[in-house]
Amino acid sequence: MLALNVKNLEKTYANGTRALDGVSLSVEEGDFFALLGPNGAGKSTLIGIISSLVNPTAGDVEIFGISVEQQRALAMCQLGPVPQEINFNWFEKPLDIVVNQAGYYGIPRAKAYQRAEELLEKLKLWDKRAVIARTLSGGMKRRLMIARAMVHQPRLLILDEPTAGVDIEIRRAMWEFIKEINEQGTTVILTTHYLEEAEELCRNIAIIDQGRIVENTSVRELLTRLDMETFVLDLDKELDGAPQIDGYTTRLRDANCIEVEVPKSRALNRVFDHLNKQDLRVMSMRNKSNRLEELFMRLVEKPNE
Amino acid sequence: MSSAQDLDLASGGSQLIQPTGQTAWIGFVTIVRKEVTRILRIWVQTIVPPAITMTLYFVIFGNLIGQRIGTMGGFNYMDFIVPGLIMMSVITNSYGNTVSSFFGAKYGKHVEEMLISPMPVVAILAGYVSGAMFRGLLVGVVVLMVSLFFTDIQVAHPLVTVSVVLITSVIFALAGMVNAIFANKFDDISIVPTFILTPLTYLGGVFYSISLLPEFWQKVSLANPILYMVNAFRFGILGVSDVSLPVAYAVSGVFVVGLGSLCLILLKRGVGLRS
Repeated sequence: MLALNVKNLEKTYANGTRALDGVSLSVEEGDFFALLGPNGAGKSTLIGIISSLVNPTAGDVEIFGISVEQQRALAMCQLGPVPQEINFNWFEKPLDIVVNQAGYYGIPRAKAYQRAEELLEKLKLWDKRAVIARTLSGGMKRRLMIARAMVHQPRLLILDEPTAGVDIEIRRAMWEFIKEINEQGTTVILTTHYLEEAEELCRNIAIIDQGRIVENTSVRELLTRLDMETFVLDLDKELDGAPQIDGYTTRLRDANCIEVEVPKSRALNRVFDHLNKQDLRVMSMRNKSNRLEELFMRLVEKPNE
Repeated sequence: MSSAQDLDLASGGSQLIQPTGQTAWIGFVTIVRKEVTRILRIWVQTIVPPAITMTLYFVIFGNLIGQRIGTMGGFNYMDFIVPGLIMMSVITNSYGNTVSSFFGAKYGKHVEEMLISPMPVVAILAGYVSGAMFRGLLVGVVVLMVSLFFTDIQVAHPLVTVSVVLITSVIFALAGMVNAIFANKFDDISIVPTFILTPLTYLGGVFYSISLLPEFWQKVSLANPILYMVNAFRFGILGVSDVSLPVAYAVSGVFVVGLGSLCLILLKRGVGLRS
């Protein structure tokens, strides 16, 4: 069954901005799905329409086969959105924010408190349940929004940049938590600017650019298309120019650091052989960027940029 | 962060989640509880200022100036203005509560918490209107208690008094909601109270009987809906009114139905809320 089925979605705002230009997208139940795109690509508009906060100009969205336009209440019961912008009342307490959200979904008060306690405990916010939400750190605010979105046990969780501005330790803990929620059966859609996050967590991926889906496939399939990887090599000596190596493109980053573009069909050994012959030792080596990031940049790159 | 495994945090994915029959009711109660908590939490902003303002009205207009005015409508001036001042407090606070609270929710974006939920818009509207009524009536009771320091007033028609104050509170809570829905910035929520609501309230017979006005201005005054509410309330307390009671109820009824329908249409269409 499809957890999400977006059909020919179009959105033109009142000021004439065309945010979505015929977006079609499907996400299978149980999937961990990445929705990537540069700023202004239409991700937040798409999530806004799925959440019923933005009215589409044309097209339809179905959540588990339920039309958002025709059966909004039923469709919204299946959905737990975590928006990019903080959108809870900064002057309320975290416990009240989660319990009130449960109330909006018709969950009785006693049950709401029980679920709020469970979620805040799991997201390490129980100690902060009675502070004013404004005083929470950035990471805590994001975790609070996840707790709020989970309180009615949605079948589809949409996380719009959930780890933006969150430190690495908390980010990794959030990944684990979301992964486990996904393993329990909840379909997860994630938008992120951290492409290693998408590569590590997600099985399938869609890339949106200028209001259109430019790619929609599995992460594994997408990575097989990566025909070139760029490595950064730190050398033990300073160079005047990049060494010329047949079959590879090289650039000098700084005096003792070079970049080497390695085609998928070629091994790295020849690079090392060449450097050895020039009595250059490689002190360390790393990928210039995440593999998915390289693909992403190629897919959304503008021809004139 | 702990593991999610030992806990049924997720739905499991397979079951269709249905809105319960109680969704609207529980949602409504949640909003009312949230509003009442907020109003009581910030009592220094919500309850104290009208109590101080009205005490000053009673001292200055009722006591000091009122002694020189003599009687109005067959009552001493202090007794005459008590119903008007209670009504003015109810109107201002009912309107002010929805406009500030709902616009605050829009501005802070936490209105989205309600908009993405399965709760019907009628529950959202009823919740905010009930919260505003709580504040309007609470302030009305406080002003009534303050008035008892200055006068020994009796209620002539309790049923009329209670029904009129409830209906008036609903009308201005709804009007505040319309203002909040259309408002885009804080200026927009002060324009209507400053330039429309306050003048209409002051010219709505709070401080005088329209029989004091020239005939032309008496007729003009009849176009002011607040006149009907203030006078109906005055009839409830003192037993005197410048307007007929059935007409006052009819005018109020039209406003309740008109503003209520307008609010529901605006919320349903997502005007000012959904882009």
